[in-house]
Amino acid sequence: MSEVVTWIGSSLAVAGALAAIIGSLGVIRFPDFYTRTHAASITDTGAATLMILGLILISGWSVLALKLAIIWAFIMLTSPTAAHALTNAAYGAGERPQLGPWRLFDRDRKEAER
Amino acid sequence: MPSFATPLDANTIVDIALLAMLAVIVVAVARTRSLLTAIILTSVYSFISAVWLVVMDAADVSFTEAVVGAGVSTIIALGAILLTRSECSRIPWRETLLPLLLVTVTGGLLVYAALDLPSLGDPSAPANIYVGRLYLQHAEHDIGTPNIVTAVLSSYRGFDTLGETTVIFAAGLGVALLLGFGERALQDTPRPSMAKMAESGQHVVLRVSAKMLIPMISIYAFYVQFHGDLGPGGGFQAGVIMAVAIILHALVFGLQETMESIPPQLARGLSAFGVLLYAGVGVVNLTNGGNFLDYDHLFPRIFEEGLPDSHLVGGHHIWGQHFGILAIELGVFLTVASTMVTIFYAFAGRAPDLSPHGEG
Amino acid sequence: MLLAAAAAGLMTAMALGLVRALIGPTSYDRILSANSFGTKTVMFIALIGFVFGRPDFLDIAIAYALINFVATIALMKFFRYRSLQASLSRLAPAKDTGADAGGAP
Repeated sequence: MSEVVTWIGSSLAVAGALAAIIGSLGVIRFPDFYTRTHAASITDTGAATLMILGLILISGWSVLALKLAIIWAFIMLTSPTAAHALTNAAYGAGERPQLGPWRLFDRDRKEAER
Repeated sequence: MPSFATPLDANTIVDIALLAMLAVIVVAVARTRSLLTAIILTSVYSFISAVWLVVMDAADVSFTEAVVGAGVSTIIALGAILLTRSECSRIPWRETLLPLLLVTVTGGLLVYAALDLPSLGDPSAPANIYVGRLYLQHAEHDIGTPNIVTAVLSSYRGFDTLGETTVIFAAGLGVALLLGFGERALQDTPRPSMAKMAESGQHVVLRVSAKMLIPMISIYAFYVQFHGDLGPGGGFQAGVIMAVAIILHALVFGLQETMESIPPQLARGLSAFGVLLYAGVGVVNLTNGGNFLDYDHLFPRIFEEGLPDSHLVGGHHIWGQHFGILAIELGVFLTVASTMVTIFYAFAGRAPDLSPHGEG
Repeated sequence: MLLAAAAAGLMTAMALGLVRALIGPTSYDRILSANSFGTKTVMFIALIGFVFGRPDFLDIAIAYALINFVATIALMKFFRYRSLQASLSRLAPAKDTGADAGGAP
């Protein structure tokens, strides 16, 4: 039984690592800063969730599982906040997304017409 | 729990990969002219070196690298480039020839010397046979803390750690002499009313998550402080974490708010008090007939015999060692935390408070 | 063995993430990369403790998870306000012109 649980946990950890690789590829491949943020922040929280869930399964009911859960909670709190702060700062400082022919906001359209 | 031991080869591969990343970052930092880029890359450098130290099994050193590199050093470096330019000037290539030659020769000599070093974990290496082996064999009996790093740092080599604490205090003093204490920030503009704060909807996310995080970071600092003789951690790491909590408060709620709750006078006072507490413990030992910082003599003999579980018969002063380490770790904690806060105040309080419209 | 594979994969992701920190055209790209590198570091330290059978490394991972974010806040204030001492609520620009405030770094 515990063999199976360990195996499942390890597979989840591998899945988390794969998610992290995909996120890194997205950060390299995507065209502008905002899409890159999207790739990085979503895969960060997703990979962390998968990996920590896997490690919790491996460690079983112990203080380790509690510490892992604490790490998960902190990552869930800080990583999206940091991404939000960063995009907020970038947009405020004049970095504009590549939108092609579309304009999402009136403000952007006016700016483009200028 | 099943063990997941891997052969030594895996360890070597991880080492090589991490060191290659470090080398790439160092070259990039040397080549970039934007100081901001250099700061960001240096923070990545500290991430990698913390991971590398974990792989090398040096948990306490890695902990220090983690808290200092990820938190304090980036922020203080940012404060520094706020006071100067964020680009460095171009140097003509002729002037780089002599430094290049010097660095190459020194590096070559170091590599040549490193060939003679014993390999990692060699049991007959000088570091492992004389005093190191004695520490490993006797720490459990002499001091009674499971984490031998803490035993060595705070008891066997307590005098060295006193010196390091004094160095940190002196560093804070040096920054304060150069930049002042940042108290100018208190006088510049009137404090905003709480109503105005609640009214503005901007940065709600940051303020709410900072409000949730600051207490947790502080509690974690105390965990690291009091858990230091059981696992990785201790006064230094806990002090830096506490300072990071205070700095986060200053970053989100403004320097004035922080200075009102932790005045600069209090910060620099505690910074000196920590060193005084550390040295005072040593003086107490002297008055009780021991050597300086020899915690076996922290309590008078008559008092110690009355304590429960006293192991005086075997020469093991469990109470003296425990309370001595606790006291000096508290001293280190106070000095480190308040010195970091003082340095942050000095840097952040000096930068002009500009309007949000860029260069103002 | 699977865990070692996960560690190898995570290290690959770290190396790939480093690329954007090195080439990233804007500073924001670099910060984004550094921040996500920090999250991967947390995961790697937690994982490597299990791989080497020394799970007490988790304390370091907790410290990273808590502290990594503070430097990003400082960088964000650097970009938007050019000051570390400003209060985020006091300097907040009015809502209608909010997003246009601040000069490019």
